[in-house]
Amino acid sequence: MKPVQLLAVFAENKPDQLARVTRQLADAGVNIHWVGIADVQKFGVIRFLVDKTDLAFEWLKQHDVTVSRVEVLAVEVEDRPGGLHQVAAILAGDSISLANVSGFVFNHRAILLLEVPELERARRLLTDRGLHLLSEEEMLSL
Amino acid sequence: MYWQAEIETMPRPELEALQLRRLQEVVRRVATTVPFYRQALAEAGVSPDDIRSLADARRLPFTTNADLRANYPDGLLAIPRQQVTRLHTSSGTTGKPKALFFSRRDVDQAAELIARCLVMTGCTAEDVLQNMMTYGLFTGALVLHYGAEKVGMLVIPAGPGNSERQLMLMQDFRTTVFHTTPSYALYLAEFIRKRGLDPRKDLALRKGLVGAEAHSEETRRKIEEALGIDAYNSYGLSEMNGPGVAFECEHKSGLHLWEDQYLLEIIDPVTGVPLADGERGELVLTSLTREAMPLLRYRTRDLTSVIPAPCPCGRTHRRLARITGRSDDMLVVRGVNLYPQQIERVLMSIPELGSNYLIHLRGLDELTVKVEFAASGFDGRVENLVRLEERVVEKLRAEILVKPKVELSAPGTLPVSEGKAKRVVDERVL
Repeated sequence: MKPVQLLAVFAENKPDQLARVTRQLADAGVNIHWVGIADVQKFGVIRFLVDKTDLAFEWLKQHDVTVSRVEVLAVEVEDRPGGLHQVAAILAGDSISLANVSGFVFNHRAILLLEVPELERARRLLTDRGLHLLSEEEMLSL
Repeated sequence: MYWQAEIETMPRPELEALQLRRLQEVVRRVATTVPFYRQALAEAGVSPDDIRSLADARRLPFTTNADLRANYPDGLLAIPRQQVTRLHTSSGTTGKPKALFFSRRDVDQAAELIARCLVMTGCTAEDVLQNMMTYGLFTGALVLHYGAEKVGMLVIPAGPGNSERQLMLMQDFRTTVFHTTPSYALYLAEFIRKRGLDPRKDLALRKGLVGAEAHSEETRRKIEEALGIDAYNSYGLSEMNGPGVAFECEHKSGLHLWEDQYLLEIIDPVTGVPLADGERGELVLTSLTREAMPLLRYRTRDLTSVIPAPCPCGRTHRRLARITGRSDDMLVVRGVNLYPQQIERVLMSIPELGSNYLIHLRGLDELTVKVEFAASGFDGRVENLVRLEERVVEKLRAEILVKPKVELSAPGTLPVSEGKAKRVVDERVL
């Protein structure tokens, strides 16, 4: 299963930073499926899930954008009260701390994107507990 | 390998006797030909006949930056105007330019000193030198150029900037040695890396001659590591011919200052009192052999010390320690004295950081250090950047005793200059 990769772009705290990157992605013909910004006032990291990760990565690098790949877990949770808690409780029970979390509901499917330092351990833990982790293809075909 | 073995390894007593003869001669000459010096010597109550030993040099008046400006354009000329063959100006690190004149013999002697320096680093006629300093009024490129031709090197007068073309020249003509500033050397290394080239495999570079900006040992190592070369520190100033005043030998441990041509003193920059070998202070130089515009006890404002021990290379000319700053570069922030080089040293010792930085002073004593992180140091996690920033703040605070603000910038986003890098922007409203 191909793990889900996001592109992470460094952004200074200036008005044009997101536009600078989205313009490049548009020029490259890359479609953005999801975007999230982790911001600490002075600077931030914009994370994208795109349809053509490799192409976008090379394109951005060639256009002097500071970019890196970040592997995340995409977990499908039940779209009901307590759905998120189920995942949080599993990870907390094994003392896995989360770096960045975001979630969305699409076509009645609730997806959590988890950035964790101990990716493999978290992956095993969640699969063992019967949770469905999406591959990159699945994510992109949502 | 020596260029002028007899002079370079001359026993100290002989060398000092030569210095004294030349000092007596130059004092006598400026006393008769330069009205400024005639007056300054009279005011100091010294006549040329009073110079009986090298220690008597201390009785001579200093020459300062301000004296050069006050005598602009040609008040300090010691030969008739028609015997002057070249004009340079100071590179303008500080304020208005100063005019510096060369006679035909001065040009030739400066080239001889450069030849000594180049051979001292192991350069030979086989080498191809790419000279990336600024040609023109600045002494950096032209003076070194002439010396390299004396050695018989193939000199490519590339001039600064245009990294694309620099790389092309390096590839097409198999450049083995380059001459540039430390900041451009680091910029170029990054440029080459971005092109997907490995300098160790794809280029023929062996050595870098690095000068015109004071830089730290950490910066040298960074340049050497990034390009797979040996980098040699070059020291000079336009007032004393430009480059070639002092240079590192193959041992890379201090810069041999050519004492047959320059009389060297280290003084306390505040009191003017001479300091002993090993003590850090301001470098003061007297040009012993320049014809067109010899200067007595010129206050370089560069801070260094003399390394007293003899060098294993066999040269008897004493070594200067790495220049640690200019006395007028010193910043006072919240009552604490600090030098930009201290900040540079810290930044260059942190591998996750890039090589470009800016020291910004604004408001009421607010110190901000902007620094690029290394492209390889970005893993997409914002928390790691925050941690890196905290580490930089802490390391700087430990070194300079003032807690700065640190702003991380993306690689390649801080301004790069082609000549001397401007690292300090002072916009304080004090």
